[in-house]
Amino acid sequence: MKSQNFFANQSFRALFWPLMALIIILLFNIFFTKGFINVEIRDGHLFGSMIDILNRAAPVLILAIGMTLVIGTGGIDLSVGAVIAISGAVAALMIRPEYLKGVLEYSQAPPLYMIVGTALFVSLIAGLWNGFVVSYLDIQPMVGTLILMVAGRGIAQLITQGQILIFVNKDFQFIGSGFFLGLPFSLTIVAFLLIVTYLLTRKTAIGLYIESVGDNPTASRYAGINARMVKLLVYTFSGLCAGIAGLIITSDIKGADANNAGLNMELDAILSVVMGGTSMNGGRIYLLGSVIGALFIQTLTTTILTRGVNPELTLVVKAVVVIIVCLLQSDKFREIATVKARRVAA
Amino acid sequence: MKQNQIPLVATIAVWILLYIIASLRFPGMLSVNVLLNLFTDNSFLGICAIGITFVILSAGIDLSVGAMVGCTSIIIAVLVRDLHLHPGMAILIVLSFGIIYGGIVGSLIHFFDLPPFMVTLAGMFFARGMGFVISVNSIPLNHPFYDTLSNFGIPIGDGTLTFVALTFILITLLGIFLAHRTRFGRNAYAIGGNETSARLMGLEVGSTKIAIYAFSGLCSALAGAVYSLYTYSGNAWAGNGMEMDAIAAAVIGGTLLTGGVGYVFGTLIGVLILGVIQTYITFDGTLSSWWTKIAIGILLFIFIALQRFMSQASVLQKPKTATVTKGVKTTA
Repeated sequence: MKSQNFFANQSFRALFWPLMALIIILLFNIFFTKGFINVEIRDGHLFGSMIDILNRAAPVLILAIGMTLVIGTGGIDLSVGAVIAISGAVAALMIRPEYLKGVLEYSQAPPLYMIVGTALFVSLIAGLWNGFVVSYLDIQPMVGTLILMVAGRGIAQLITQGQILIFVNKDFQFIGSGFFLGLPFSLTIVAFLLIVTYLLTRKTAIGLYIESVGDNPTASRYAGINARMVKLLVYTFSGLCAGIAGLIITSDIKGADANNAGLNMELDAILSVVMGGTSMNGGRIYLLGSVIGALFIQTLTTTILTRGVNPELTLVVKAVVVIIVCLLQSDKFREIATVKARRVAA
Repeated sequence: MKQNQIPLVATIAVWILLYIIASLRFPGMLSVNVLLNLFTDNSFLGICAIGITFVILSAGIDLSVGAMVGCTSIIIAVLVRDLHLHPGMAILIVLSFGIIYGGIVGSLIHFFDLPPFMVTLAGMFFARGMGFVISVNSIPLNHPFYDTLSNFGIPIGDGTLTFVALTFILITLLGIFLAHRTRFGRNAYAIGGNETSARLMGLEVGSTKIAIYAFSGLCSALAGAVYSLYTYSGNAWAGNGMEMDAIAAAVIGGTLLTGGVGYVFGTLIGVLILGVIQTYITFDGTLSSWWTKIAIGILLFIFIALQRFMSQASVLQKPKTATVTKGVKTTA
């Protein structure tokens, strides 16, 4: 598989445009934003704009890892935002079960592994449900996951009884605001997930299975791949990723907001994946591309905020970026563009 | 009865059943007033849903309708407040904006072969962002023209058919006419059924696709106008998440997201089902709003599973070589 010339490698060509976009926006910031590349050590932790961007991008990065595999099978997972809300609600409720009854005092909170384990277990079930609907009931992914997208936020509100469940819990807060080796702990989680997923998809046959299911489910079934099982696992993994992202967000804001936690985040995750070169038709996965895509979106948002530009413009800029990215990836657009270029040259 | 009419009949049956259950619990639900209010309160969602039905019928998707409601309502408010335009004029401007906007979206999708999901996602960002750039705060609309429109009403029984509800019903009728009595509608069904076949048959795929998105843009702009009339204000936040409700209404109404199958009338019933659930929860008072979302999710699942089951049954009944690869799989 490995090409001798790295630059002629197919995965490099897929990464070229997103990487260029990221480099351009980083260069822009380095030249025009004061102190952008400054990273200083305070209290033994690293501080700086770049670290901040990485930290803020963590939830979307994690979602994008799961979403890459889902989109690789030709699917889509709209429910991740709602699963974030559910996972956060479960964790917050475990820490303060009496709060909803009006008791403000804390009782003995369960150990951290219980809180994290329960929240992730619930997210796993949510992902499993999506996988079941999409692969075993054979329902188009967009509607199949729409069910949980609509109902999931309702379930999260049911858990928190429509309240914003705030809490103080040192152990749990470490997930979202702690530091590990001088870096935000959330980045350790991202790095761990990314490495595990990369090894699983590139050093074992799992990646090949996912890509073949995305390319042609019928053919891969004839080739002896259990296409349904692959899809089921991919959606379950995406649910798990959403659960982890939910824990980070909830722990960071020290509260579970069933209405707003992870709102529209599924769109950012999908955008990161598509920006990174993974086609929505499935059949190819570019994990690193998705990471670059997520970092680009976060850098863009931060740039607009720090430049003092009207923050409302962020969405408009994002819209333009989406269209440009889509056009660059469109074969038809390239065809038209090259024909025009040749005519100009002649 | 045709095979693909069964979901429609099921949807109507569910709506009647839900209405009966709700009326048994709250006899007040049976009044004409409540029934007409269903149309009034869900008018902007309904108008969006009619537009989105055509998009889904052609196997596309439009995520931008909710954002367009917010964007157009705030444009109307600013045009009336700051430029002192007549609201009727403002609405006309906004409607043409909707058509142009939808036309651009459709052209991008058609000419460059871009995924509708991504293009309309960009459209959603654009419309929502433009709304916020124009004004983050809600702008009140006070104009005699608006008073005239909202005082207009056709009394039926103990209720009134408001102007807003009437617009919704007229758009639905227009949608039904377009879908079943015009070339545009037939082309939309054909493209959704199989775009390649439609092209080989010589149908004007490109212009139809662009027209479909333009129609959806028009509907969402009209929904924005209706929203401004309903609330007497423009608000950039309006219609947040409404695209998903509109898609849900179309799906509950029997439209398949794979395209080619569905009825505009079904979408109307889908919207009314969402409305009945909402009304029931409002009447009850003790039930919290999140039950609406959970109920919609459950209904979505039931309807999708039902459609899936029936399309599989029909494939098994008359096995065609062309459909076997896609439909049967390992279920037999």
